[in-house]
Amino acid sequence: MDKRNLQLDDNGQLRHFLTIEGLKRQLLVDILDAAESFTSVTEQTVKKVPLLRGKTIVNLFFESSTRTRTTFELAAKRLSADVLNINVNASATTKGETLLDTQRNLEAMHCDMFVVRHAVSGAAHFIARHAAPHVSVINAGDGRHSHPTQAMLDMFTIRRHKGEFHKLRVAIVGDILHSRVARSQIHALSTLGVEEIRVIGPRTLIPAEAHTLGVHVHHDLRGGLRDVDVIITLRLQHERMGGAFLPSEHEYFQLYGLTEAGLETAKPDAIIMHPGPINRGVEIDSAVADGPRSVILDQVAHGTAVRMAIMAKAMQRLPTPPARELH
Amino acid sequence: MRVRISGGRVIDPANDVDGRLDLFIADGKVVALGRAPDGFAADLQIDATHRIVCPGLVDLRAHLREPGQEHKATIASESRAAAYGGITTLCCPPTTQPPVDSPAVASLIIRRAEAAGLTRVVPLGAMTRGLDGKRLSEMAALRQAGCTGVSNDFGTIENPLILARAMEYAATFDLTVFVNAQDPRLAGNGTVHDGAVCSRLGLSGIPAAAETVAVAGCLALVEQIGVRTHFSLLSTARAAQMIARAQHDGLPVTADVSAHHLHLTENDVLDFDSQCHVIPPLRTLRDRDGLRQWLARGTIAAICSDHQPHEADAKLAPFGETETGISALETLLPLSLRLVDDGVLTLNEMIASLTLRPARILGVEAGDLTPGRRADVCIFDPEHYWVLSRDRLLSRGHNTPFLDWELKGRVTHTLLGGVPVFEHKP
Repeated sequence: MDKRNLQLDDNGQLRHFLTIEGLKRQLLVDILDAAESFTSVTEQTVKKVPLLRGKTIVNLFFESSTRTRTTFELAAKRLSADVLNINVNASATTKGETLLDTQRNLEAMHCDMFVVRHAVSGAAHFIARHAAPHVSVINAGDGRHSHPTQAMLDMFTIRRHKGEFHKLRVAIVGDILHSRVARSQIHALSTLGVEEIRVIGPRTLIPAEAHTLGVHVHHDLRGGLRDVDVIITLRLQHERMGGAFLPSEHEYFQLYGLTEAGLETAKPDAIIMHPGPINRGVEIDSAVADGPRSVILDQVAHGTAVRMAIMAKAMQRLPTPPARELH
Repeated sequence: MRVRISGGRVIDPANDVDGRLDLFIADGKVVALGRAPDGFAADLQIDATHRIVCPGLVDLRAHLREPGQEHKATIASESRAAAYGGITTLCCPPTTQPPVDSPAVASLIIRRAEAAGLTRVVPLGAMTRGLDGKRLSEMAALRQAGCTGVSNDFGTIENPLILARAMEYAATFDLTVFVNAQDPRLAGNGTVHDGAVCSRLGLSGIPAAAETVAVAGCLALVEQIGVRTHFSLLSTARAAQMIARAQHDGLPVTADVSAHHLHLTENDVLDFDSQCHVIPPLRTLRDRDGLRQWLARGTIAAICSDHQPHEADAKLAPFGETETGISALETLLPLSLRLVDDGVLTLNEMIASLTLRPARILGVEAGDLTPGRRADVCIFDPEHYWVLSRDRLLSRGHNTPFLDWELKGRVTHTLLGGVPVFEHKP
């Protein structure tokens, strides 16, 4: 198998956006800078730029999603692309069509970009590996593996509130094992050079050999949050009670739920993030979710600009240096 | 037909033979080594100068897909690949469709292999009917039909009482029990080793304990029952260590490992390479090195191919949704020779682990060149370098992670019962 970096073209430019792992720091910074310039677009009365005019983008969702799909659609439209939403749950695969057949059919209709969400880890890589030469693939979440656009909008939110990355301590709390968001955040944070990344949770929800991802593992919330600048809490799926990962939501909240009292050891100006949708009273208390340190709604607001930047970058329509020319 | 194989270095571990000797074959049997019998006139002379002449290889695990999955491969197609790989005896697991749980299916496989006439096939019988793990199969009848061992493959028998009885019943008829040790509950729906790579890729993991728990449980039953037991496809160093201890305690247990587990690790799965999707999963570098050590010490007696040919589509999906296994008959010898280059085994040990030892485990007359024995012979050029490419594979399955690897060692002749069934024409 070809072991070159699938995400980059022969000139080292971004072609597919599948995972943060293996991308250079400068590329991530370019995306954040471009997103910064696009936020001004999204705040104008005419919210469009013509960067992807004439391009066709397919949102290929094999797993249901409202927010992610909506922001991708919005991002594509604001770049003046034509957008097709395909919910594959209900169509082809139930008729026995393989993933590759679905992809080839859509390519035959001359689409330029696939935004893919799939319940199986590695699905976006698979599609990218078999994509026609002119097609770009953006991973909108594959199994437990990766959700790189979410991680980038989280990085964008962190940078807006905290400025530089290199002095930050970041804690990710909760179900790391099943979280594609956490994996992408960990890669993004280490690429951007934060001082320390911690993951906090019971051993049943921490992946094997987690330290090889470059994180410190904590099982105690208060100790793990000591002196951190950023706290990211993850959604706890109700199914986890079934697989004997946890005894009850009640005990989980007691131990790992974010409450005002539990945040005492963190830095006073620490920000609270959550990739959503939130379970109030399970992983986070309402007082924290709606409190002054919460930036959860900022994350949502930044979703469109960051995805515009990633799509434009992957289609190589982002002038370099990107931010300057657009201002 | 009388054949003289001259000028080669004959290595026959069973008889402690290693030297430049001529091998004489008549009427399908080895008749002499070294000096020609009086009045021997060869009908066929094979020049084996600079080659190694050894017993035909014995492969303890190769899926042939017939009956039931002829869209993947057939006994005829895979027999060709086996002859090409120097394999003259191969053992196929009972996982055909229908499974080998009746003498009819066992005889069908043996007959079709005989019709193809390129390699000898010994099927393993199913331990339970339909491999359901609940009802015993008619093992005495399977033995009569030609099975020397029984197995439930990875369809583990979950109830230890049923496993114990199946072992006792198998022991009654002098059948060897072949075990694929993997606890199905611990393995769950895992696809890769539960370790660093699994965590990175977000795939679901199969912990090493899935193997060690199953081996421990099985060893306890072997101790009680005393049935001859063979552990097939070890993947962890820890399991091999447990088997070493059991052997030290005098239990009648043996083990094998696949050639790919001796070369690949979990890291080869990075990039979601579905060609490396195998069960048991590729483990850590430490496990790979540990398996090599236990092979060198003889605890693991044999190297097998675990050949699993697939049609292209079986591997064309995201990693976790692909079918498991590697098409491996034709890389068995070169990958084993690589172990000699890596200093793991001597050439003689390597040949023993592909011939004499697996033949003894399987309980068949093969794997040696003793005069009077059936003349199954493999002749190979140990210094021939070649690059594995799709169009070189004779197997119907082109699914291998070793494509583009430079391999050393090439079979030049294979003789089955004294008859040349493959000759490499440069």
